[in-house]
Amino acid sequence: MTAHYLQIEDLARTFPQPGSKIPTTVFEGVNFSIEKGEFVCIIGHSGCGKSTILNVLAGLDHASAGHVIMDGKVIEGPSLDQGVIFQNHSLLPWLSTLHNVTFAVRARWPSWSRAQIREHSVRYLEMVGLESVLDRKPAQLSGGMRQRVGIARAFAIEPKLLLMDEPFGALDALTRGVIQEELLKIWARTHQTVFMITHDVDEAVLLADRVLLMTNGPNARVAESVLIDIPRPRERATLHEQSAYYPIRNHLVEFLVRRAKTLSIAARDTEIRHSPKIVNPVKTDPWPPRPAALHAR
Amino acid sequence: MLSNLNLRAAIISISFLIVVLGLWQMATAPQALVGGTQELTEYELMMGIGAQTSGIPAPSQVISHAISELSQPFYDAGPNDKGIGLQLLYSVGRVLAGFGLAVVIAIPLGFVIGMSPVLNKAFDPYIQVLKPISPLAWMPLALFIIKDSNTSAIFVIFICSIWPMLINTAFGVAAVRNDWLNVARTLELSKLRTAFTVILPAAAPTILTGMRISVGIAWLVIVAAEMLVGGTGIGYYVWNEWNNLDLASVIFAILMIGIVGMLLDGVLVQASRFVRYQD
Repeated sequence: MTAHYLQIEDLARTFPQPGSKIPTTVFEGVNFSIEKGEFVCIIGHSGCGKSTILNVLAGLDHASAGHVIMDGKVIEGPSLDQGVIFQNHSLLPWLSTLHNVTFAVRARWPSWSRAQIREHSVRYLEMVGLESVLDRKPAQLSGGMRQRVGIARAFAIEPKLLLMDEPFGALDALTRGVIQEELLKIWARTHQTVFMITHDVDEAVLLADRVLLMTNGPNARVAESVLIDIPRPRERATLHEQSAYYPIRNHLVEFLVRRAKTLSIAARDTEIRHSPKIVNPVKTDPWPPRPAALHAR
Repeated sequence: MLSNLNLRAAIISISFLIVVLGLWQMATAPQALVGGTQELTEYELMMGIGAQTSGIPAPSQVISHAISELSQPFYDAGPNDKGIGLQLLYSVGRVLAGFGLAVVIAIPLGFVIGMSPVLNKAFDPYIQVLKPISPLAWMPLALFIIKDSNTSAIFVIFICSIWPMLINTAFGVAAVRNDWLNVARTLELSKLRTAFTVILPAAAPTILTGMRISVGIAWLVIVAAEMLVGGTGIGYYVWNEWNNLDLASVIFAILMIGIVGMLLDGVLVQASRFVRYQD
């Protein structure tokens, strides 16, 4: 077997069910891998266990079966190798913008001098455009700015793997667009390996190298691994002008609307070890049939 | 608008004071004798009916007494004649000693109880039983075991101020947001560092609220405790002046107890401003 940077093998998670001896299997047979420097998004309906997978990768939760190997080592608990950006910013409200970042940087490199820690932290805050609000407390920042501090904090500790759990879920559409571009910029400069959960198909197409599609839970699986064959640097404003944009987008939407459910039912009957099918919508399916509902008008 | 609000509040406040003092002055004014020139019986004389003043001093008397007391607050002319400032210092000293001791024990213990659900459950019955006990009920036991009235008073303050701080610290520590603890976990902070850099600042406002409640209760209890143990302190002073039937001093002391209590609370309010954060 070729060694991948991050390898998820046969991951499964069951929860005990009240009033029943048979536990519910949220997901099972989850296999995928991520290469160094890759930006991977995962999409699936609520309840398919995306967040649980992310928490297992973060070491904050444990799997019922299977394991995760990163850079040759099994992930057994939270560590500085896995940075996490939570949905609700999770900044420490009594610390200023700068100190929220230096707090993390000091934990990462305890031997650094105070000036070195500050310089490093300010550099990352500059990357997300927050150099003018270093001394403000999180309560004095807008929702978008808070999430940017969270991004700067996570990138600043330079983890081997950066995990994002719907980081923009709580933001309005305009702010979200701005921060997606900030994220693209900081990612382009750092080439951080990222694993991100999102519900937003456009967000996934804009950011990711690859999108993992999950079938519905219970017994959810990662069904497809869709290559986003759009050259970088990408821009939100011109993304839809790319010829690959619509085939990819349609493929993703069609999966979520229709196949997530039917594949989920089909998967329950098969016991085979499942690996996601690698799909490149641009090459295999230049213009897939649109869902009937979209044709109606 | 704000100054207008302040002004109106001040006008109401001062009017209220004037009305209360006026009523008090009138109620204690010397009454004209009903019978006029009639002789008083021996019984009436004994009961003080013929006295020109009632037993309660008028506000003017209390104020003039206050001025003379406050002009030399720290004189010491023997065990039964000390300045009000000196007596208050004795009381504040005992409160700070007992309260300080309670801080040293309640906050670390509350931290441990708050962080461990098992210990929380294990200690909860004891806290629930010990908390409602009037601190003065401990006094005889304290006097017997400690054999020193001053230390016993400090012990009583200690026992009454420990519970609000213990409960608030445990609650504040247990209620620290999971997100923040996860941040500490992903940064691989040690338990001790997590306690000092994440849990303590997160729980500090709740802990300080507990300290405020404690110091308030301690100041309530010290008066009663000093009435029991005697010797020195503002509680002893009140009781001593009652025995002397010097009600002007008693009323003056009551006001001073209120003012010092307010100052003690004010100090902790200022302290809580340093640890407050907006979420």
